[in-house]
Amino acid sequence: MDTQDTQNPRQDQDTPRSGGSGPADARPVLEGPDIARVLTRIAHEIVERAKGAEDVVLLGIPTRGVFLGRRLAEKLAEITGRTVPVGSLDITMYRDDLRMHPPRALARTEIPGDGIDGRLVVLVDDVLFSGRTIRAALDALNDIGRPRAVQLAVLVDRGHRELPIRADYVGKNLPTSLRETVKVLLAEEDGRDTVLLGVKQNP
Amino acid sequence: MLRHLISAADLTRDDAVLILDTAEEMARVADRPIKKLPTLRGRTVVNLFFEDSTRTRISFEAAEKRLSADVINFTAKGSSVSKGESLKDTAQTLEAMGVDAVVIRHGASGAPYRLANSGWIDAAVINAGDGTHQHPTQALLDAFTMRRRLVGRDAGLGQDLGGRRITVVGDILHSRVARSNVDLLHTLGAQVTLVAPPTLVPVGVGSWPCEVSYDLDAVLPKSDAVMMLRVQRERMNAAFFPTEREYSRRYGLDGDRMARMPEHAVVMHPGPMVRGMEITAEVADSDRCTVVEQVANGVSIRMAVLYLLLGGNEPAVTHTRTEEKSDR
Repeated sequence: MDTQDTQNPRQDQDTPRSGGSGPADARPVLEGPDIARVLTRIAHEIVERAKGAEDVVLLGIPTRGVFLGRRLAEKLAEITGRTVPVGSLDITMYRDDLRMHPPRALARTEIPGDGIDGRLVVLVDDVLFSGRTIRAALDALNDIGRPRAVQLAVLVDRGHRELPIRADYVGKNLPTSLRETVKVLLAEEDGRDTVLLGVKQNP
Repeated sequence: MLRHLISAADLTRDDAVLILDTAEEMARVADRPIKKLPTLRGRTVVNLFFEDSTRTRISFEAAEKRLSADVINFTAKGSSVSKGESLKDTAQTLEAMGVDAVVIRHGASGAPYRLANSGWIDAAVINAGDGTHQHPTQALLDAFTMRRRLVGRDAGLGQDLGGRRITVVGDILHSRVARSNVDLLHTLGAQVTLVAPPTLVPVGVGSWPCEVSYDLDAVLPKSDAVMMLRVQRERMNAAFFPTEREYSRRYGLDGDRMARMPEHAVVMHPGPMVRGMEITAEVADSDRCTVVEQVANGVSIRMAVLYLLLGGNEPAVTHTRTEEKSDR
């Protein structure tokens, strides 16, 4: 999901998707096999840090965080041999920039049956940028229950934080300038897996 | 842009589906331990009720509070209106207080339109029922209930009511619910049939996008949903039918009639029901009757409308009616 202020619009949500291809001059920084390897590594890190991941609940942030969350859940199931609860957390109603845009369509919040009270919640998102999405997600979690702890897994950390927030599990640290765009494409939504680094079209 | 919700006829198909889809997500908030969203924090909504209402006012108030808006309730009884204050002066008082939205119910058809387009007030206006004109949020919650029952909760997302056959029975003449439903259901692709005694069918119904029948038994087997309307005695100034018994025998829904409906068909009623008149207790208490569901869905629909009108810097729903600009 995107979070941005007016200075830093991230393009992956706000521009129409053109058949899964990015801007003309965008270059891939992660390809399909890289993404698979990265997710496997993050899954192992979660198991290691959570000492077996017994009370882990994965919550993906729509749209692409949900797909990443499901993929991570599959990897965790392979590693631990147990099914890991996975759901989605829509943060639209908790955004701090609601009044700066027309109202957005809402996405699905799906909390696994046993809830999140006393569990280790791992939030999953595609790109970590300003950190405002994660702030909104923490607020949303507050209204749903009281986890034992909350951690954050992201596929790409592109820097430029505007809040004191960091990720616990990072697929790839990608130093970027504010003039650049980072676009994550996933097979479930876009037909292929890749991360594209491009230049913002209209300054 | 749709800044106001005055009439169900103002909504395009896409607007209506967006409202229904948004309501589907809003409905999930009701299942959470904390039934509250911070979305309308710092926004003030006035419920301006010039006419009696229980469920609509409570429903709007619940929706506003779940979205964290500040709520001011105003009823004509016990206010300056009973001392003779005009709608204009009331509106300007509210404007001076910095109100963001006005939910208005008024006995005069057109009062919400006047309020929205007169330039008296900058706030968004939501029609909660005006005279015998419109009640758009009721039509939306009815459509939402039908979509959930006939198409499915998740299967319904993004869908309209294309091809469904909806029958509206009863006091069409005095019913703003019927007018709103005909407009909205037509927009959503449903086929609407009105059934009523000829005296309770309004003049000019020929121009409405629906059919009219006087024979309930002939229509029932071809209905996916049957909406029973209350006979509005308070708006009646003449005898429209001989006796209540005759009305209920010809146009009331009892167990035998319900059995003639298709297996999947539902019975709806906007409330308040008059048991024994338009609907028997047997039907009202059956599983196929969605009255209680409609009340719960009303809160979700009103949350969706409030969010889409007030949640951003500009409304998400487009408006087809050109708004008059008047000199203030």
